[in-house]
This record gives sequence, C-alpha cells and structure tokens, in this order.
Amino acid sequence: MTGNLVEARDLHVRFVTRDATVRAVNGVSFDLAPRETLCILGESGSGKSVTLRALMRLNPAKRTVVEGRLRVGGHDLVAAKERTLSDIRGSVVSMIFQEPMTALDPVFTIGRQIRETILRHEAVGRAEADRRALELLELVQIPSARRRLDAYPHEMSGGLRQRAMIAIALSCRPKLLLADEPTTALDATVQIQILLLLKQLQAELGMGMIFVTHDLGVAGEIADRVAVMYAGRFVEEGPVGALMRAPLHPYTRGLLGATVHDQPRGQRLTTIPGAPPNLEHLPRGCAFAPRCALAEAACLPAVPTLRGPEPGHRARCIRVQECGLERAA
Amino acid sequence: MTAGAVSTLGSALVPPAAPVRGRGYWAGVARRLRRDPVTLGCATVLLLMMLVIVAAPLVAPFDPYQGSMARRLRPLGYAGHLLGTDELGRDMLTRLIYGGRLSWFLGITPVVLAFGIGGLLGVAAGFAGGWVNSLIMRVTDVFYAFPSVLLAVAISGALGAGIFNAILSLTLVFVPQIIRVAETVTTGVRTLDYVESARASGAGALTVVRVHVLPNVLGPIFVYATGLISVSMILASGLSFLGLGTRPPEPEWGLMLNTLRTAIYTQPVLTMLPGFCIFATSLCFNMVSDGLRSAMDVRG
Amino acid sequence: MMFYVIRRILYAVPIALSVGLVCFMLVHIAPGDPVNAIVPPDAPQAVVEQVRRAYGLDKPLPVQFALWLGHVLQGDLGRSLATGRPVWEELRGAVANTLRLAVVASVLGFLIGAVLGGLSGVFRGRLIDRAATTVAVAGVSVPHYWLGMVLVITFSVTFNVLPAMGAGPDNAAGWGWDWAHIRHLILPSVTLAVIPAGIITRAIRGTVSEILGQEFIGTLRGKGLRGRTVAYHVVINAAPQVLAVMGLQLGYLMGGSILVETVFSWPGTGFLLNSAIFQRDIPVLQGTILVLAIFFVLVNLMVDLMQTVLDPRISRA
Repeated sequence: MTGNLVEARDLHVRFVTRDATVRAVNGVSFDLAPRETLCILGESGSGKSVTLRALMRLNPAKRTVVEGRLRVGGHDLVAAKERTLSDIRGSVVSMIFQEPMTALDPVFTIGRQIRETILRHEAVGRAEADRRALELLELVQIPSARRRLDAYPHEMSGGLRQRAMIAIALSCRPKLLLADEPTTALDATVQIQILLLLKQLQAELGMGMIFVTHDLGVAGEIADRVAVMYAGRFVEEGPVGALMRAPLHPYTRGLLGATVHDQPRGQRLTTIPGAPPNLEHLPRGCAFAPRCALAEAACLPAVPTLRGPEPGHRARCIRVQECGLERAA
Repeated sequence: MTAGAVSTLGSALVPPAAPVRGRGYWAGVARRLRRDPVTLGCATVLLLMMLVIVAAPLVAPFDPYQGSMARRLRPLGYAGHLLGTDELGRDMLTRLIYGGRLSWFLGITPVVLAFGIGGLLGVAAGFAGGWVNSLIMRVTDVFYAFPSVLLAVAISGALGAGIFNAILSLTLVFVPQIIRVAETVTTGVRTLDYVESARASGAGALTVVRVHVLPNVLGPIFVYATGLISVSMILASGLSFLGLGTRPPEPEWGLMLNTLRTAIYTQPVLTMLPGFCIFATSLCFNMVSDGLRSAMDVRG
Repeated sequence: MMFYVIRRILYAVPIALSVGLVCFMLVHIAPGDPVNAIVPPDAPQAVVEQVRRAYGLDKPLPVQFALWLGHVLQGDLGRSLATGRPVWEELRGAVANTLRLAVVASVLGFLIGAVLGGLSGVFRGRLIDRAATTVAVAGVSVPHYWLGMVLVITFSVTFNVLPAMGAGPDNAAGWGWDWAHIRHLILPSVTLAVIPAGIITRAIRGTVSEILGQEFIGTLRGKGLRGRTVAYHVVINAAPQVLAVMGLQLGYLMGGSILVETVFSWPGTGFLLNSAIFQRDIPVLQGTILVLAIFFVLVNLMVDLMQTVLDPRISRA
C-alpha cells in the first residue's frame, strides 16, 4: 500500500431505475497524495459531482451501483458497510457543497450543526464541543464568532454561510476535503476570499483536497493537478500549469479557448459545437468524437487509453502526438 | 371537514403552474394517466355510475315512490327486490339509483358554482393585487373562520330545509376555498417573467389574463375542485341526514340513511347500503382527483 | 417577533367581530319575521310588540347588531325558547362534552396519522406508502356519519360489546373518567378520528418527503450522522407545518362534530345544534354557532403563533 491518501482504480458508478440505466462514471482512476489538491474540471453532466460523492459513497443508496477499487485514507470504500462509511464521513473525509443556504439545516443554529458533527465522531463532552466550535469559526475567519454560534443560516450572508459550512466540514480534522463547486454561488470578490481561505486551511491542517468546478480560473488558482472530465471519464489529467499552457485533448483546448479572458478583441469566441452525450447510451469509442474537429475513423471502435508526452500529463486521444507537435509550433 | 388550511398544505395539494403548457405537456399528462390503472379504474366506475343514474327510468326495476307497507324492510333478494325494500316498502335498488341523481346533483352543483364564482374572484384578486386583493381576501378570511360543516349547517339551518337552500349553503362554503387556491396560483403565475414581459410588450390586462394566466391556473384550480366533489357529496348527504337538505319522499342517499336508521337493529345490512354508495362515489372521485394531480405535477 | 405576535392577535379581533356579524345575520336571513324566532307562536300581539321593542327589532340593523354585541360581550347569549334557561347554561355542559370527544378523537387521529404519514413519507413509492396512502384516502372519503352507523351495527347490534348512544350510564349528568363512561366514548371518538387521521397522514407524508428531498439531508449524511439523528432533523423541520395542520383539525372537529354526535346521541354542542334547528330555537342556535366559531378563530390564532415561535425563519426574519 502506497502512502497515497486516495487510490481510485477503474471506478464505475451507474444509476439504475425502472426506466433506464445512467452511466455517470465510466472508468475513473487516479491517486491523490496527502496535502495535494486535485481539481476535477468539466461541464454539467460530465459526472464530476457524482465522482466526488462516490468518494464518500454519498450517492443515493437505492439506485446506485459502484464498481471498481476505491481506497480513501486507508479504508476500502467499495466493500465497506454503511456503519463504517458513516464513521468515515465527517471524520476522515468531509464535503462542502455549492449552495450553503440549502445545504445547511435551516432550523438549527450554526453552533449546533458544528457541535453535532464533533459529538458524533469524537468522545468529548458538550462544553468541549462548544469550545471547539468557537475555535473553528475563528479559524475560518468569521467575525463576531461567539455571536454567530447562535445564528441561523438565513441570518448570514452567502460568504459567511460558506465559511460556516467549511467550519462544519473541518470540525473533526479530516484528512481529505471534498468541495463541490463551493464558490460558484458566491460573488466574485467573495469567491477569491474563500479560495484563499481554503488554501490556507489546507496548508495549516495538512489536508488533501479534491475540488469540482467548471470554472477554469478557480482551477488555476487552487489546484496542483487538474483532471478534465467528459462523459464520465477523465479525458485529460496533468499538473495545472502544463495542462493550462499546453492542453493535449481537443476538449480541453476547446474549454480553454472558450473563455472570455485574454481573447483578442474583435475575434469570434470559439465554442464547442454540439452537446454532451446521453449518459444512458454511450458510444463505444471516444465520447467526444461527434463534436471533435480532429475526429477520424480510428476514434470510434474503442475508448482511447491515456497517453502523453510525460508520465504526469496524459490524455485520452489517439492524436495526442500531433497536439504535442502543435504545441511545439 | 376539509383540508381547508390551504396555506399550510398549499404546496402539497396544489400542483405548480408550469409556464409553457404546449401540446407536449398535455400529451405527457394523458400518457401518465394511461399508465395509472387505479385512476383509470375509478374513472370507469364513476362513468358507469353516471350512466346508470342518467338512464334511471330505463334501468330501475320498480317505481321509486311506490311502496307497499306489507313489504317493508324485506332483506336482499326478496321477491325480485335485489337489494330488499326500505321502511315504506319501496324497492331499495330503485331508490338507490334514483337517489344517486339527487346525491350527485347536490354534490356536483355547488362545486361547479363555486368553481365559477370562486375562480373568477380568486383570479381577479390574484391578478389585480392591491386593494382589490385585500378586500376579497379579507372577506374570504371571515368565512374561513368557520369550520365547513358548521357553516353549512348554520346557513341551512337558518334558511330552512330544501334542495335549493342546501346548494346555496354548500356553495357558500366552497367559494372561499376556491378563492384561496385561485388567488395563490394566480399570484404565483403573475410574478413569473413571461407574464411581465407580455404586459411590458403592451398587451392589455384582459388579453394577458386570457392568454397567459388562465390556461396555467385553470388546471390546478380544476384539480382542487375535483377533490372537493367528494367532500361536497358527503356534506350534502350529511345535511339531508340531519333533515336539512332533501325532504321526503324524494330519494337521496343521505336522507335514506336517516330514514333507515330505525331499522338498524332489524335489517342492518339494508341501512348500510345508501352510505356505501356515498363512500364508493366519494372514494372514486378522490382517487381520480389524486391521479389527475400526480399526472399534472411535472416534478413527479 | 413580539411585534408580529401583537399584530397577529390584533388581527384576530376584526375576524372575531365579523364572525359575530355572520352569526347575527343568520337570524335575519331566515325567512319570516325575526320576532317569531324569539317569541312563541301563540303569544298575544301586545307581547309580540313588547318583545320587538325590548330586543330593539324596530331599530335599524346596525343598532341591533351593536345591542346584540353588547349583550354577548357581557356573557348574555339570550334565553332558550324551548327551556327558558339562559343559553350559556345549556351550552356549558354541551361544550365540555364535545371538547372531550374532540380532544380524544384528535389524539387518536394524530397518532394514526403520524405513524402512517411518517412511514409513507420515508418509504415513498414503496408498498407501505401505497398501503398507507390508500388508508388515508379511504379515511377522507368515508362519510363519517355512515361509518358511525356501521360501527354501531358491528359493535352494538351484532356483538353487543359497546353502547350505541349517550355519554354515560342512564344519561347521568356528570362525567367521570371511568370505564362506565369511557366505553361510551370509544365508538364516537374512533368514528370522528377517521377524517383527521386521513388528512394528517397526507400532510405528514407530503412534508416529510419534501424535506427528505432537500439538499441539507445530503449534508447530514455527509457528516456521518446516523439514521436516528437525521430523523430528528426531519421531525424538527416538519414540526411547524405538521403541528399547524393538527391544530386546525382539532378546531374542525370541535365545529364539525354535529353529524357524529347525532348518530351517537352524544350530548354535545352538535346535538344541541341539531335540536335547536328543529325546534327553531334561534337564541340557542346563534349562541352555539358563535361559541364554536370563536373557538375556531382562537385555535387558528394559536396555531399561527405557535408556527411563528417554532420556525426560526419566520420569527427572526
């Protein structure tokens, strides 16, 4: 067993209902070292949120089928029973969500919601839990922390609510923090503050972080490594700098080209034509081929394996070499 | 006694008005209904009942008013009387079939009237807002301050027995409920962007109401009203049971329950029959109403 | 929050006044001369004129209303035409009896509704949900006066284990919580409990499944909380709405018990109302309706206030 915080091998997640089977995650493999930050980048429907929730087995139990290997913090999550899983959630792995207004219980105070998590996982008394709750609110830099302990979620601004959610997630010093688009619902200025806070906390607490977002700027700001997700697979993964400077996969290049940033004026914005595939009926070959300008017949029979110029930076495209050539040009 | 607390149960009972109700939506509703055997079954039962009731003179074996004292309170199957005879010797089956006419009439008419009056007032209140809304809703609140049964009994009691008075008092009971539902739904639709944009593009108020508001609110109000039919039947028969609705010798299920009470010790099965008819009808209407609501609720 | 509470209480006052107005008008919408509602039909003309002046029936309506209101606020609801006793005396015992019946029926209905509604809300879509929902629909579809008759036929006529009528042995005046009296309470309260059971099942089912569909439930699971704790969160979130429905049902039962009381000859307000209607005893009719309606207004008020207190989103907004 390596010292990796997360080891995922060939992870498959599908949702099975009477009407259809949705294949949300189709063969995702990655490692995460302790204190490392991985950003999963993708559009809506790419499977990124499902992957994130699968790392905690938080998907709806009735419909979900999870296959593959998944080890987090030394625990085997695929084989684990619900009892073990509920012990792990909140203590070894924690999650923060996109919209804190709906993700927090509206009829309980912030202080209670923090205290509840601490009491669940650690053998301390109420007074100690309250003291730690106050400490946590100060850790996440909420002003007037003592007063805020008795506040309800709706009484706080969006940024403060998100900080409160972070405090709840960190209450038991998890080794891994999962974040599902935590800044998407916030104003731009508040976004930066929260991102900086997360980076600081990660360094202080020595956590690994897996961030899900569709925002390239966020990925650039906070990630060590980036994985681009499409139709339930990682189509490209690599260090953030290399990936952003010289993307290997046509989809990644399309995403990077589609931002409004740094584009010369007067030119048309590039878009990626077409729409993501239906996850109920995935094609046998490369899922991006229908929308790809570089597609050819060889793309269709099977899903391309990961390949690339360096061991840390790879993509699922048979024409990776040419992209490499273009990069050099 | 109804779930009159629309404000607390509103979101659970009234299906949301979705903006674009094109043909695809109604096709979806029809498809969901087709796959719902319970609702279809109950709707069929209701249809059959309606046919039997309408065709009463053709279907009923005896005369509903003719009875023979020598043959009072005979059990099921006696001498060609499939369901026995009542306390004045009249054939039960015939009385039940003819009784259905009055019971259905008393049950459905107040709801139809309330749908019209209440719907108009509610949509107006919801659409106009301001003092019109306040005026209508405050008056509605006053009537809401009475439990339905009490209000119906009070008005009927004051006006006296009779079919017309019963219909009047029941209509007065249901109008406030429909006003509430209509106003809630209309207010919800009025604030939706597409209504605002219609008005901003210069459409007159009446046009906006007719084209954009009405098609979207009529559905939920109608579903709510169908849910009221069962209550109306039970209340109407209840009024007759108390002697406040239909008067003898007219056949009507509630009145029959009353007049047959004395036979509870001798022919208990007979006394249960009219009530069973009310129960069956009411149950079917409720199931159909629930089925309609599920089919129309896009969220599933 | 205090501001809201005071405003809500003040709002109840015009409602109560309007309710009083409706009760007052009941007499006047009845066909015929209102005097005949107060005076026995065989009274000589001089007496009739005297009564007319005494009750201010020769004065314009608003004045009459004010006079009537004045009497009511002093506790004077008039005298019964049938017995000559003050209406309030007739009402006292009846109100107590109906209150007993309504409270017991409410508690029964709440318990059944809570169990069925909770189960069907949690296990939505499964067999137990369909079973509970069917029972609930049957509960609101059944004409309760008929159900009462069916229960009487089953338990009194056929098996003869429970009494069919009355509130106590030999219609004794007092009430005691002993078996001799409680056995009279069983059938009417079960009958009356059916409708609130049905309504509360549906309400709880809707509220619980709505809450279970909300985002924060995922957060709770993500914190590693066990099923028991999540259930506690659901209950606290559901409480304001559910308690409101329960409170309203109690109010409805008080006001709507007339049919069941008639079937079982239960000596409550409904029974009183029934005989008042048939004896055209207008003062008793008016007084009973007024008391029941005001009770309902008070229940509504308390339910609103309780919701304000329980739901932090309202009170501290």
